[in-house]
Amino acid sequence: MGLASEALKNFKGFNLRNLPEVEPLSPGHRACQGCGEVLALRQALKAIGNNVIVVSATGCMEIVTSPYPQTAWRVPWLHVAFENAASVVSGVEAAYKSMNRKKIIDRPDVTFLAYGGDGATADIGLQALSGALERGHNFVYLCLDNEAYMNTGIQRSSSTPFGASTTTSPPGRKSSGQATWKKNVVEIAAAHGAPYVATASPAYPIDLMNKVKKASLVPGPTYIHIYSPCPTGWRCGIEESVEIARLAVLSKVFPLYEVIDGEYYLSRNVAKPKPVSEYFKPQRRFRHLTEAEVRFIQQRIDEEYEKLLQKCRVQDGK
Amino acid sequence: MSKRIGIEVSLAVAETVGLCDVDVVAAYPITPQTHIVEHLSELVADGHLDAEFVPVESEHSAMSACIGSSASGGRTFTSTCSQGYALMSELCYIASALRLPIVMAVANRALSAPINIWNDHSDLMYARDTGWIQLISENGQEAVDMTILAFRIGEDKRVSLPVQVNLDGFTMSHVIEPLTIPDAKEIREFLPPFNPVLRLDPASPVSMGGVGLPEIYTECRKAQDEALRASKPVIQEIFDDFARQFGRHYKLVETYRTEDADTIIVALGSIAQTAMTAIDAMRTRGRKVGIAHIRVFRPFPAAELVEAIGGAKNLVLLDRSTAFAGGEVSGPVALEIKCALFDKGLAPKVGNFLVGLGGRDVTDQNFEEMVERVASAKNGDLPAYEFINVRE
Amino acid sequence: MAKETGIQRWKELNPGMAVTCPGNAAELKTGDWRSMRPETDCEKCIKCGQCYILCPDMVYSKNEDGYYVQNYYWCKGCGICARECPVDAIRMVQEVD
Repeated sequence: MGLASEALKNFKGFNLRNLPEVEPLSPGHRACQGCGEVLALRQALKAIGNNVIVVSATGCMEIVTSPYPQTAWRVPWLHVAFENAASVVSGVEAAYKSMNRKKIIDRPDVTFLAYGGDGATADIGLQALSGALERGHNFVYLCLDNEAYMNTGIQRSSSTPFGASTTTSPPGRKSSGQATWKKNVVEIAAAHGAPYVATASPAYPIDLMNKVKKASLVPGPTYIHIYSPCPTGWRCGIEESVEIARLAVLSKVFPLYEVIDGEYYLSRNVAKPKPVSEYFKPQRRFRHLTEAEVRFIQQRIDEEYEKLLQKCRVQDGK
Repeated sequence: MSKRIGIEVSLAVAETVGLCDVDVVAAYPITPQTHIVEHLSELVADGHLDAEFVPVESEHSAMSACIGSSASGGRTFTSTCSQGYALMSELCYIASALRLPIVMAVANRALSAPINIWNDHSDLMYARDTGWIQLISENGQEAVDMTILAFRIGEDKRVSLPVQVNLDGFTMSHVIEPLTIPDAKEIREFLPPFNPVLRLDPASPVSMGGVGLPEIYTECRKAQDEALRASKPVIQEIFDDFARQFGRHYKLVETYRTEDADTIIVALGSIAQTAMTAIDAMRTRGRKVGIAHIRVFRPFPAAELVEAIGGAKNLVLLDRSTAFAGGEVSGPVALEIKCALFDKGLAPKVGNFLVGLGGRDVTDQNFEEMVERVASAKNGDLPAYEFINVRE
Repeated sequence: MAKETGIQRWKELNPGMAVTCPGNAAELKTGDWRSMRPETDCEKCIKCGQCYILCPDMVYSKNEDGYYVQNYYWCKGCGICARECPVDAIRMVQEVD
């Protein structure tokens, strides 16, 4: 049996009747109204609980949760730089492993959590993530993907979807917004052989919390890519964050799946998918796209989803 | 019982780190530091050192992992030099600002371009603004001793700062010397377990590394500045303690034959040892020359240095790096020394020489030439600095 | 009690500017940000917990009767709860004052 399967064989998930009550993140943080990223982070932390050490990359979450002299963190938290959350957490994990073994401390069950945005994960932090995955440290990595460098003013990242308008991929006479397809970091993590890799969306909180909990139970490096709507950067209504996080899944733009010991499992089969144009409608970052461009995107979305289905076995309720 | 053995200096440093019972080593290889990290991984692999050896994928990740480890309360070590140092440098500022007592051995090597794997002090000078304590060793025994001292100094609660142990790449790291290596028990008596004031622990949550708005950033810098300033007397106190335990006594500024010298050389690192041979030769010919060699470069021991050299008529200041300032002011070490002298109202005749760049040897002959040059020059005739031994 | 503006003397700082009061961000009244506030009609509420788990600002908590109630000290008025409530028990009303 694989490493992850073994660790998860008796896994019991959350449901709306037994939601965790713990809140490792306090209110009073300075996130924008309707921020989908802090919502996702909140849900993930609830799933893990208080026995955690959190390492943060530079980004929206770091800024809004740590304005001196205040902190929204009720658990230990360390922020160092933009591109190294994965290597910092490697050091935390190594120190705990060493000190536990040498009986300097007695804390064998701490979860080591690192998170970063799409910039910190897919671009400037990709090397650190790759190194930490390859070395096999025992940690959970969350990529909170709001599809651009939001904290510095909505500049493009390699995770910005094709055609999206950002301040460094603006549409104009010679440009249609982002010119490249979204980098698939989930596949990169899976290719490193990480025993548990998954995608999640805060519109499906039980699914998200279960996946984060699973990741914390699986020994070794685990990676979860979390879709994080940003009303400020995507230019949608502040009350629409969860709805867009749902539309992303229902239009197959952001499929929910797990890769457990290298085997693909679809979390939610989208039987009657919505057209991608419906997903684009509430977001002004896609307003400039022509019909031909939308058709191109729809086609590519369909192809990618087919490829994913072929890799998956459909699992109900897991 | 200390043992006296013939051993390559890199290996001795690694052995010493092992005897200091580190918890985590996170390092990336770069010539000429490689033997240090290779030997450390051997010590871990053979069970002689119980530590996590983290073979990171770059120096940037090495310092990142060290910060994570030290913040968690682990005694942490790394090593690098030159380009590797440059790559991790953004994090070195962070490590000192977060007050984490990481120890780093730097096998001083030139910076590119052109790429050059041989010894000079470019990386030492690169690091001087980072807020780390910088210790300098001139021979293998000092490299061993400074390593032990680095852990004790950095982890002292009055200090809580990261410490660099500098040793010259190749000219020191790769030579075999007869060295006295203390045993683990002696080191334990001198070096108590690491017990930080604050650490990452779910039982007592702290947030480290938050945003420092303009309202508080100055206060943070002031606090850090005061910490480095306050470390100077603690360093000498710990040197004195080391002498009581191990019999070898170190000072912030070491002197040799300076008592009646009218010309004093100031240098850092192993070339000071070459200088001493040259000084003995010059002394036999009646030249009253001595050397002050700086053991602790940060915090800069201005008071001790001025006391050592303030009486000289002529100063021969050596720099082994080029902080390109445009040609009208001296090299980095000379600049700091001149500043210290100016603040005390002293203005001896000063010659500043850029020597030993990228591994070029500095010979006894070079020392005699430099001393002669300064001694015989008229006041005001010497340039801000000059290269010696350069093919025009 | 940490001041929100962060004005402290350098001697008062923890080493490395560490913050040792977990969760003291809760002192900030982010409720001042809103222009609309959510109000729940308990007659319609089915106690499903969606408002609770979908709030980015941890505004909701369960009272003794099992209804989820708002803490207006922190509510930023984003309206996600009103939008997502499956039985339309929450509506956004104009904030007064």
